[in-house]
Formats: sequence, structure tokens, C-alpha cells
Amino acid sequence: MQTATQPDNVVQTNRFADLFARKPQGLLNLYITAGYPGLHDTVPLLRTLAEAGADILEIGVPFSDPLADGPVIQQTSTVALRNGMTLRRLLDELQGVRQYLPNTPMLLMGYLNPVMQLGMEEFCRRASEAGIDGVILPDLPAEEYADFYQETFRRYNLRKVFLITPQTSEARIRRLDELTDAFLYLVSGPGLTGGNQTADTSAQETYLRRIAQMNLRNPRLVGFGIADRASFNQACQHANGAIIGSALLRAIEGADDPHAAARQFVQSIR
Amino acid sequence: MSFQPTARGYYGQFGGAFIPEMLYPNVEELREQYLSILADPGFQEEYQQLLRDYVGRPTPLFRAKRLSERYGATIYLKREDLCHTGAHKVNNTVGQILLAERLGKKRIIAETGAGQHGVATATVCALRGLECIVYMGAVDMERQKPNVARMRMLGAEVRPATSGSKTLKDATNEAIRDWISNPTDTHYIIGSVVGPHPYPDLVARLQSVISEEIRKQLLEQAGRELPNYVVACVGGGSNAAGAFYHFLDEPSVQLVAVEAAGHGVHTDKSAATSVLGRPGIIHGSRTLLMQDEHGQITEPHSISAGLDYPGIGPLHAFLADSGRAKFVAVTDEDALQAAQLCSRLEGIIPALETAHAFSALDQLELKPTDVVVLNLSGRGDKDLETYLRELHLA
Repeated sequence: MQTATQPDNVVQTNRFADLFARKPQGLLNLYITAGYPGLHDTVPLLRTLAEAGADILEIGVPFSDPLADGPVIQQTSTVALRNGMTLRRLLDELQGVRQYLPNTPMLLMGYLNPVMQLGMEEFCRRASEAGIDGVILPDLPAEEYADFYQETFRRYNLRKVFLITPQTSEARIRRLDELTDAFLYLVSGPGLTGGNQTADTSAQETYLRRIAQMNLRNPRLVGFGIADRASFNQACQHANGAIIGSALLRAIEGADDPHAAARQFVQSIR
Repeated sequence: MSFQPTARGYYGQFGGAFIPEMLYPNVEELREQYLSILADPGFQEEYQQLLRDYVGRPTPLFRAKRLSERYGATIYLKREDLCHTGAHKVNNTVGQILLAERLGKKRIIAETGAGQHGVATATVCALRGLECIVYMGAVDMERQKPNVARMRMLGAEVRPATSGSKTLKDATNEAIRDWISNPTDTHYIIGSVVGPHPYPDLVARLQSVISEEIRKQLLEQAGRELPNYVVACVGGGSNAAGAFYHFLDEPSVQLVAVEAAGHGVHTDKSAATSVLGRPGIIHGSRTLLMQDEHGQITEPHSISAGLDYPGIGPLHAFLADSGRAKFVAVTDEDALQAAQLCSRLEGIIPALETAHAFSALDQLELKPTDVVVLNLSGRGDKDLETYLRELHLA
């Protein structure tokens, strides 16, 4: 039996709360696929992104069938799996990442099946030991989470981030807001990651304004289709920040020096 | 033991609705409304009329004399191959198109493996004047060309799925991605008893007309409602769900689900999910799933595009897990031989999928008094190129 105790340094930590208190606006959450472009690039790239100005780091666990993701993340996931990245390997690599990145909130984003095969308890324990703050599992519905996993997440001081879309009802948004204390992930419009949701600026603004006026408990970050300074700034007008993944990965793709490419990309946003 | 899903769509430990939030409003709308729409007299009247006058139901239950002699038992064939469009798939699409209309949807998407579901969807979309987009694995478009042509003739757009193994799983991924991208005006007509709740139950109910008719027809022809065996092939499992449905609570009826062994169950080219799968999540459902030790979904293999799927519907996972159904596996080669046998003994060319069910007769220990109903789920026109090549008839 695994004991349910966690390392002492984790118990009291809420890096999200610390961050949002320190910097309530203009937060930049950057996503990379673990094991991309090379198997061992994950932790070095996280360090580069944090140094370049990322406020939150989101680490994608590659999956063979990423249903909510567009072509870029599908492709990076395929490459990462071919490189040999696995959830176990990633969790191993992340042990010790906190010595370099003591304060930056870090999230794992992945699909449910690899997590289930490892076991939810084991996943939470290893993630917590690595100092991970939160988890995004898009295909784990809120109801299943509340009934079966919320207690485990709490025990390991992990926060579950929920997605909200323009179609999510007000009642459901309030329920999801109650279920988390990290942030709410506002999907910018209809479509997949890396899409062109932000093209319809007026629809997006109406949606983000509507959510902003709900006075929710949690901060809000906007994701999907945020690709450059213009779309980042636009998203930040009615939210606390935004999430960029596909555009960053596109910038890294094929670069001789992925670190230089990543730094340059972050500078183009800020 | 209950074979009906719980309110959250569970059959035992299998089922549920593991969907991203983007799909929640659509799936929730469907979940809230499907039972009342299916029970609505107006819906039923229209559905039954279309099944009769458009699909051609009831389909015959045919006593196959020469096959019966060969196997030393009485074998009946449920002739779903005689449905309009050539397979059982249309039972579901007729029902779902009426449902989509009642939900106010204007645009229909579907995935297809062998192309039969795609054709059946394109057909009902033409009938009702709705836009139709069918996702099909690029490999399957190549091996089921006649069905691609039929879909195009019917006015559907066929979009190739080019990721992964370029087969049914990948086509389903693309259809789900389309639904995420079109969250308000689109209905996704899933073709099998897979996907998030309520789809497995919805599709099983729409296909259950098969076993409803079998019971009546067997009573008329054999003086008994219950056969000893019901045999059906399983990819996702829609024809099997329909053929089993009204026998699930009749323990004297042995249900036989036939999976594709590909090159053999213990090779790396197989689609025998009940043997090779472990509980996992695919396409919104917790079910038996072929996957590696890290939870990555592995690529199945079957010569038959309709059985080439790494999961099975959650009802079937439960039937396998609980032992209610016997699962057997048939290789590519044995299926081809069975297709030839059925063609030459009964004058019926079955679909490659159905050929697996025929081959499974070899694996049953039949007694002369046994009555077997085999669900002849589809006709083999689409597979002629494969048959001629593989059986060296060209």
C-alpha cells in the first residue's frame, strides 16, 4: 500500500494563489508537449520558458488519440511518442524540476487513458512529489472527478483545471468554479487547439465579457487559437491571461536551437 | 444481471461519458431527450413507416438448408443484407436522422469503417435533405472503394482520416473533432454501439428491431421463440447488439460474438479486443481497449474494415466480462474461406465482416437439435475486389 502522506514542502503550497496575488493580469501560460522535439528536451525547455517570462507552465503528456487537439499537437504528440516519451518517464524526469523552478505553477495536461493505466492514485502521488500544482484531463468529466477523484486530488494538493466553452451553461460554469481553486480554462471559441477561433473577435469578446461579469471565484485564462501578441492582448482584456501551445510548438518545430526559438517566441508575445 | 445501462450509461464497470467539455452540451442534450423522443408516438410512426417502406423491413429469416446440412444443425440467416443500402446500418441512421431533425440539427457527420454506415448516413441525409460529411480512414477508402463512390453519388462529402492507422478509429477521432468544432448545428450519427453515453444505448435500441423480428419469425417458422445460439460479428458491435438485444435476458440462448483475429489472436496483427484489450477509455467510453502498457491505443488489424477497431462497445465489454456472451475470434483467412462457402452453399455473398460470423460456426459444438440464428449483417458487393484477389478467383 502507498501511504497517503505527501512531502512536507508540498502540503502548504498553492503556487496558483501566490501567482494570482502577485500578478492578477496579463498572465502567460505556455504549453509544450513532453518529449518534443527531443526526448530529453522537456525540463530544459521548461526552464527556458520560465526564464523568458512564462507565468504558468503546462506540460502535455503525449497520447496516441488526442481528441481535443488540432494538427500541431497531434503531430508533436506523435513525435514525442516515437521518441519514447511515456507518462512514467515524464514523471521521473520531473522529479527535481522544482530545484530550478521553485515558484512557477506547473500543470500536467493529458488524456485520461494513460493516467488510468498508471492508476490515478499513483499518478497524483508522483505528480505531487515532483511539485506539480494542477492537472488538466479534458476527457475526465466533472461529475466523475467529483465522485471518484476529488478526494485523491485534495490529498495530494493537486488542483483540477476545468474547461469552459461558449456553450457551457451558466449553472454549469458556477458548478465548475466551485469544483476547482486553480483557474478556469476558457476555450476561446468552437474548435480544436491551434485553430482560428480568435478570428471572430466580437463573438469572443461578448463571451469573455459575459464570463467576466459572473464574478467567479477563480481567475480565468483563455486558450485555443491564441497565437500572437494581438490575440494574446485581446484575450487578456477580459480575462486574467491566456494560454499558448500550438503557436509555440510551431515556432520550435524544425528550429536548430529550440531554446532560442522559444525565447524569441515569448519575446514576440510580451 | 441487468443489461440496461445505468443513468450515467454504465454496463457494469463499462460505459460512461468521458468527453471533453466542448462536447458536453451536445451529449447532454441527447442524453436528456433520446428516450422521450424514441418513445414519442409521432417519432415511432415515422420510424416504423420508414423501416417498412424505405428500408424494407421486416427482413427475412431464411432457413439455410445446405449450411444446416453441413453443420448438422438448423441454421437460420437473418437477412440484414437485404436492407436498403445492403446492411443493418440503416436501421440506426433512419432513427438518428429523425432524432437529429427533432433536435433541430442541420448538418450531419458520421464516421465509417467499411463504408456501410457512411452509405447509410449519406442515404438518409439525401432522403431528408440534410448536409452530410463522412469521415473515413484513408486506408479504408482504398479497400472499400465502391462505398466511397456510393456516398459521393448520394451527395455526401467523404473526408479522409490520415492520422494513425488511417482506419475506423482515426475516422472516429476526426468526426469527434468536427463535432467539437461545430457545436451547435451538427448531429453526429455514430454508427456503432460505441462512444459516450447515450450513444451505445441509443444505437442498441435502434438496432434491436433485428432481434424483435427474429423472435416473431422463429416462432412462426420453427414454433419456438428462442434459438440455442445467436451468432454475430463484432467490430464496435452494432449488429450484434441488435441481434442479441431481445435475448439478453434469456439465459438459455447462447450469444456468440465473433471478433476479427486478423493474422491470429497472438500475433501483432489482430483486432480481437475481448482477448487483447484491457479496460481503458476510447471515444468517450470506458471499455475493453487494445493498448500498450503505457495506455497508448494500439493499431488493430483486420482484413475487414468494419471490424478493424481497437475497442468494442461497452455493452459487449460487459457481455464478455460477465460471461453472458461467448466471444470467439476468426482469422482473415478463415473469414475468406467462410465467405466462399456461404456464397456457394446458399447463393449469398456476405460482407467480409459477416463472413467472420459464418466461420465461427466451425467453432461451435452443434447438436442436430440445435437452432442457430446467424445475423447476416451485410452483403459482400463492397468486398468483391478483396475476395477475387485473396481467393485467387480473378
